[in-house]
Amino acid sequence: MNGIVISVRNLTKCFGGFVAVDHISFDVFRGEIFGFLGANGAGKTTAMRMLCGLSFPTSGSGTVAGYDVRCEGEQIKRHIGYMSQRFSLYNDLTVWENMDLFAGIYGLSKKETAERAAELLEKLDFASERDTLVGRLPLGWKQKLSFAIATMHRPEVVFLDEPTGGVDPVTRRQFWEMIYEAADTGTTIFVTTHYMDEAEYCSRVSIMVDGEVRALDTPARLKRQFAAGSMDEVFRTLARGAKRGE
Amino acid sequence: MDNNFLSFVKKESLHILRDRRTMLIVVLIPVMLMVLFGFAISTEVNDIKVAVVAPDRTDGVRDAVERLARNDYFTFCGYTDNGCIDALLRSGKADAVVVFAADFDRRMQQAVSGLPSSPAIQLVLDASNVNTAGAATAYLQGVLLGAESQQSLFETHMLFNPQMKSAFNFVPGIMGLLFILICAMMTSVSIVREKEAGTMEVLLVSPVRPFKIIFAKMIPYFAISCIVLIMILLLARYLLDVPMSGGAAGIFSLSMLYLLLSLSLGLLVSTIARTQVAALLISAVVMMMPILMLSGMLFPIENLPKFFRVVSNIIPARWYIDAVRKMMIQGASVMDVWQDCAILFSMTVLLLGVSIKKFNDKLE
Amino acid sequence: MNAIDIQRLSKSFGRVRALDAVSFSVGKGELFGLIGPDGAGKTTLFRLLTTLLTPDSGTATVDGFDIVNDYLSIRSRVGYMPGRFSLYPDLTVEENLEFFAALFGVRAKESYDLIAPIYKQIEPFRTRRTGKLSGGMKQKLALSCALIHRPGLLFLDEPTTGVDAVSRSEFWDMLASLKQNGITILVSTPYMDEASRCDRIALCNEGRILGIDTPDGIVRRFDAPLYAVRASNMYALLSAARRAEGVAECYPFGEVHHLVAGGGFDIRQFMDQLNELDGLSIKPAAPTIEDVFIKLMKR
Repeated sequence: MNGIVISVRNLTKCFGGFVAVDHISFDVFRGEIFGFLGANGAGKTTAMRMLCGLSFPTSGSGTVAGYDVRCEGEQIKRHIGYMSQRFSLYNDLTVWENMDLFAGIYGLSKKETAERAAELLEKLDFASERDTLVGRLPLGWKQKLSFAIATMHRPEVVFLDEPTGGVDPVTRRQFWEMIYEAADTGTTIFVTTHYMDEAEYCSRVSIMVDGEVRALDTPARLKRQFAAGSMDEVFRTLARGAKRGE
Repeated sequence: MDNNFLSFVKKESLHILRDRRTMLIVVLIPVMLMVLFGFAISTEVNDIKVAVVAPDRTDGVRDAVERLARNDYFTFCGYTDNGCIDALLRSGKADAVVVFAADFDRRMQQAVSGLPSSPAIQLVLDASNVNTAGAATAYLQGVLLGAESQQSLFETHMLFNPQMKSAFNFVPGIMGLLFILICAMMTSVSIVREKEAGTMEVLLVSPVRPFKIIFAKMIPYFAISCIVLIMILLLARYLLDVPMSGGAAGIFSLSMLYLLLSLSLGLLVSTIARTQVAALLISAVVMMMPILMLSGMLFPIENLPKFFRVVSNIIPARWYIDAVRKMMIQGASVMDVWQDCAILFSMTVLLLGVSIKKFNDKLE
Repeated sequence: MNAIDIQRLSKSFGRVRALDAVSFSVGKGELFGLIGPDGAGKTTLFRLLTTLLTPDSGTATVDGFDIVNDYLSIRSRVGYMPGRFSLYPDLTVEENLEFFAALFGVRAKESYDLIAPIYKQIEPFRTRRTGKLSGGMKQKLALSCALIHRPGLLFLDEPTTGVDAVSRSEFWDMLASLKQNGITILVSTPYMDEASRCDRIALCNEGRILGIDTPDGIVRRFDAPLYAVRASNMYALLSAARRAEGVAECYPFGEVHHLVAGGGFDIRQFMDQLNELDGLSIKPAAPTIEDVFIKLMKR
């Protein structure tokens, strides 16, 4: 069960003379909730793009779900889920149409789509909203729905890019419960967030500063290591030393 | 003018100057359009290849063919016979074939003396390009009947544009189009951009009155339009040899009025549109298309179906293009086109009034 | 006289009630926080108070002026930073500052002393285009621009959203120092952990105010016993705890789950009931603003 799902060795990305991501190495295990933190401009987004097969590393190597980030980008895309706060669902399509679209994109059969959509709608208690335009749903619902859709094709890893911005604390917790549940069934979660209290939900957390991974451990051990009361303090201690802005 | 107004103008000018691509387009488009319409696209017909079928090469026939061959518009490509006409036209070796009747001289005589007769000449043309075919027919008739023109029923004098240069026709059209593009489209987009970016919120919460914000936005675009106007007039005069017989000063003042009108139109669009894309679309669909189709720029208004002829009356460009055409080519003065001016002026007052009233200093 | 007085202010957009009979006051020189998620009505309230919108019903005064009748007087007295940083990306840092100064009919130099502590940090980049600045630097410039005319009141709509934890913390330090200059500040944020930096806060959700108090006062409102529980399998713990006797609520809270005890809750009994879970532990926890918010929301 505890296999390695993401493995990265000396992964580096340069834009001209600028080293955006500087020799990062880490492993992420199956069923883990891996928090990927960093100040604005630390290189998080660039690193995540390489892991999703959207950008070629300048040097170093890595595998995601067993596929090489250097040459098997297309395979990777098929085996991961992705959700971001900025873009996730089409507001002008209904809940069902969104599900059908993304199921189609990931090549689910008609039968599988119908089954899983029904299952999701029931789990989310959304059955009555099946034909509602997504744009009419409250923000919290949208985010829960888009997570559900991102996992509809049963990916091995789900990448979540600041998934919970602006959501109320109750909905945010429901969202995290969904994440816990997914992790419990063996899906690996790779998440970035600006909410430091959310970092505490993660099994392990890495903190990037100036393109490098400066810390990587469980929240409890990181807090002990930096003699801090919260992840917020840990983060600020590390990020204050940052040399570069966005 | 107070300090904050000037800094508004300065800020707007900086926006425009920093956006190199747009600047380049604004300067290049007029030049490109002028050159394109002036030289490349033209309804004039040059170098028509003509073949001749003449069973009897009488003096009359020889004389007519001689005139054809000497004419600059035609290239005489030799005699042929009835059976080859189709092949010649199809292969493009000839654009027109002139068929003289066997008893050409006699028939001409009868025609000239007003006696009933069968046609003396048959013209066979490649009409796949309607414009070329139409023009070629007219030229051919003119040249072939040339000798008898004294006896002709019609006496034609092409006034104002004796060489029938199509550029003369297009220059006013281009002006009508361009100023809408620069003034209306660009101002509306620049106002809506601030709505989208959220900067409009801060501007509105400041003590500056909305009309100042608006006028400050208009000034730089007005200035650019003036530069473009001067460029067009110079190009028209010295590159395309448009006569400008009505006097540049008159054309210039008329254009000023039109610029103001375009700016008001842009303002109106910006009060309706919420996004830059919407502003662009409204400008393109509601302003550009009617100008192209209904202003008389491409198609004569007289040829439009009745419905569109009525619609064309509310298109400002129609009146502007009409007036400019008269002033540039016919040598009309501002006084001669006072009707056009009055219509444009009323439209400006109306549009400016409505848009300032509509421009809210609140977000609703 | 209060800096801001709001009486039963309401505003709807179509069928959505963005603001529902909200009332509260902000004292002169106070740093007042509106804490709540998206859709709580924070932005609508800011737009009403900055006179960009007119209320459907209710009244409000800002610096003694009515938001409907005296709206022009209000506009020259307040500084406003909307949700998105409202700067011109194609202008340089300096040009933006000068423009906003001119907008209010002042010279940038006259207010330099007020903005210096903030502006000094970005001054080395004054000839750089604003679009090329980092999020934290844009935020500092936007604040400088909002302060350039020495307003008595500052309205900041989610100034820290999307900015990393370090810049956020620095930003609150700046607000604290502005307070020293006697400026009244109304600031909104979706981040609960920032509430403690305010003098008083209003928790808001879906157009209503759930509670108004000092941060400590708000936390004291949490009257039920609260525990932090953990186990090696946190997900299993969550559903097991919810089934246990006497548990009113259990929800994830960082590394632990927070457990709100209801009537008849007994720690020993709870531990016995859940003894199948590895590494189970429970200890009393101090409530936070977030716990209060969750409780108020569910009421």
